[in-house]
Amino acid sequence: MDWSKILIDAGRAAIGVPAAAYAISAMGLNLQFGYTGLLNFGHVGSMLVGAYGLAITVDRGGPFWLGIIVGIIFALILGLLLGIPTLRLRADYLAIVTIAAGEILRLTVRSSWAAPVTKGIFGIQRFADDFFDVNPIPAGLYGIGRFRFDERTVWVMLLGWGLVAVISLFMWKLIRSPWGRAIRAIREDEDAALSLGKNVFGYKLQSLMVGGAIGALAGMFLAIDQQNVTPDAYIPLITFYAFTIVILGGPGTLLGPITGSMIFWFLFELLDGVMTTLIVDMELPVLSAFDATDVGPIRFALFGLGLMWLMVFRPQGIFGSREEMLIDAQ
Amino acid sequence: MPSDVLSSVPHEPGVAKPDPILVVGEVRRSFGGLRAVDVDHLEIQRGTITSLIGPNGAGKTTLFNLLTGFDRVDEGNWHLDGGALVGIPSFRVARKGVVRTFQLTKSLARLTVLENMMVAAKDQVGESFWGALFGRWRHIEAANEIRAIAALERFGLAHMQDEYAGSLSGGQRKLLEMARALMVDPEVIMLDEPMAGVNPALTQTLLDHISALRDDGKTVVFVEHDMDVVQEISEWVVVMSQGRVIAEGPPASIAQNREVIDAYLGLRHGETA
Repeated sequence: MDWSKILIDAGRAAIGVPAAAYAISAMGLNLQFGYTGLLNFGHVGSMLVGAYGLAITVDRGGPFWLGIIVGIIFALILGLLLGIPTLRLRADYLAIVTIAAGEILRLTVRSSWAAPVTKGIFGIQRFADDFFDVNPIPAGLYGIGRFRFDERTVWVMLLGWGLVAVISLFMWKLIRSPWGRAIRAIREDEDAALSLGKNVFGYKLQSLMVGGAIGALAGMFLAIDQQNVTPDAYIPLITFYAFTIVILGGPGTLLGPITGSMIFWFLFELLDGVMTTLIVDMELPVLSAFDATDVGPIRFALFGLGLMWLMVFRPQGIFGSREEMLIDAQ
Repeated sequence: MPSDVLSSVPHEPGVAKPDPILVVGEVRRSFGGLRAVDVDHLEIQRGTITSLIGPNGAGKTTLFNLLTGFDRVDEGNWHLDGGALVGIPSFRVARKGVVRTFQLTKSLARLTVLENMMVAAKDQVGESFWGALFGRWRHIEAANEIRAIAALERFGLAHMQDEYAGSLSGGQRKLLEMARALMVDPEVIMLDEPMAGVNPALTQTLLDHISALRDDGKTVVFVEHDMDVVQEISEWVVVMSQGRVIAEGPPASIAQNREVIDAYLGLRHGETA
């Protein structure tokens, strides 16, 4: 087995474009779930409206920068629409409504009714040319040996990790402020926060909207990289990737979503490499029942096992404090 | 002693007080067929400790929930210093100066003791979204912290300020909840069974703290079902039974009141407690 090849590929994944995109997405979810305690199971919906906001604007002849703004506004409106009816209710209602809303959005942009605008199941392509046209990085390969990226990938990675840095600073400022303390108080006990004069509904709505806007940035970033939006990329599984990352890194921590995403994609690629080698290249007799097409599903099964192990032995994630986790929330 | 002020007040339900801070009129709340609260008139004298007692199910906590905006009233009105409080959401009631605690203590478990205190402070511009990002809130924070630490010292929790509130004992959580309520700088503090589930050794400490709140000029209303506890510290006792106010008066007169003995004390002999 070529371990160096497998490890290098996994290392590339850890700092690659999906890792940056999911770090951003997980930061948005972390604000909602980790800090405010909102069970948003429709986070992928924010990514969808962000990506489609950008793609549709550019497709209809609008400038790229306007597309970004439209994407963010779509996500803010989505947060309002979801939050106003549900945030006064018990937490589980938000979970039910959001998971349904995410699917409704996907099915709507997919429908033939919306196809004149969204281009239906084929989606919209090549709307980020403006971004790639201003790539200042000379053509070539950057890195050492197999650990190399071309100029296009480097440009996208710069944007992605730059966004991660900017959003981290923003989150740091927000969470360490009295606003951040108030949303954590709401996570702990809404009635106590109300009795101390905090507008719980207002805070939850703000958290849902801001987290959604960050999710929209992640959606736009992924769409820019792929120069493609198609409805079926926005399945509920994407939300659960983000949840896995938040829990892996430690909910309610600033660095958790970033390291969580890097570890997630590292392990994802590592498992892929190992499974492919064992099943396809080495043709191990014990694994003879499997072929190359089984690598993906097996990888998911192992990931699920890993997540279970994490919840049992380290429920606070990588950065969370065990002491904090073990406090009974009464 | 404020109780002197009340010495000329007749001992009858719904009686007017010389200087009421809270005036409640015609408040009704039903759950299905059960009329949980049916109070015709009630006044709370400013700067006193008023106990609201009654057997379990008398409607004490429901009345608390109504007055603090945690439950919706069917009909009725109540005023704080002349300002109507009906229909105002709970968080605004708190900002107007009526802060409550809960029967089951609600400490913010994964916030530190000091953060529990700081979050209760009013008028922090950094608590708004834009204020947090661009406002100047650090000097407010510093001033609040001085107040918070002073209050923690007073309640004997200063040495725990960096511990998670969830790691405190039950009694310490009660103290923290009381100290935290003070951070809101309320006019009226409404304590829902502050002695419930507290180690008897700590009961006296809690009572001393409640008296101290009154001595600071706060109006204290507290719910209790144990008659003995209220005897010692309250200046005025309001007795509720089946949603109604059935008697009012200083503790000594309540103990002799025939209706109270029938409705409440008589019942108490049947209880195991």
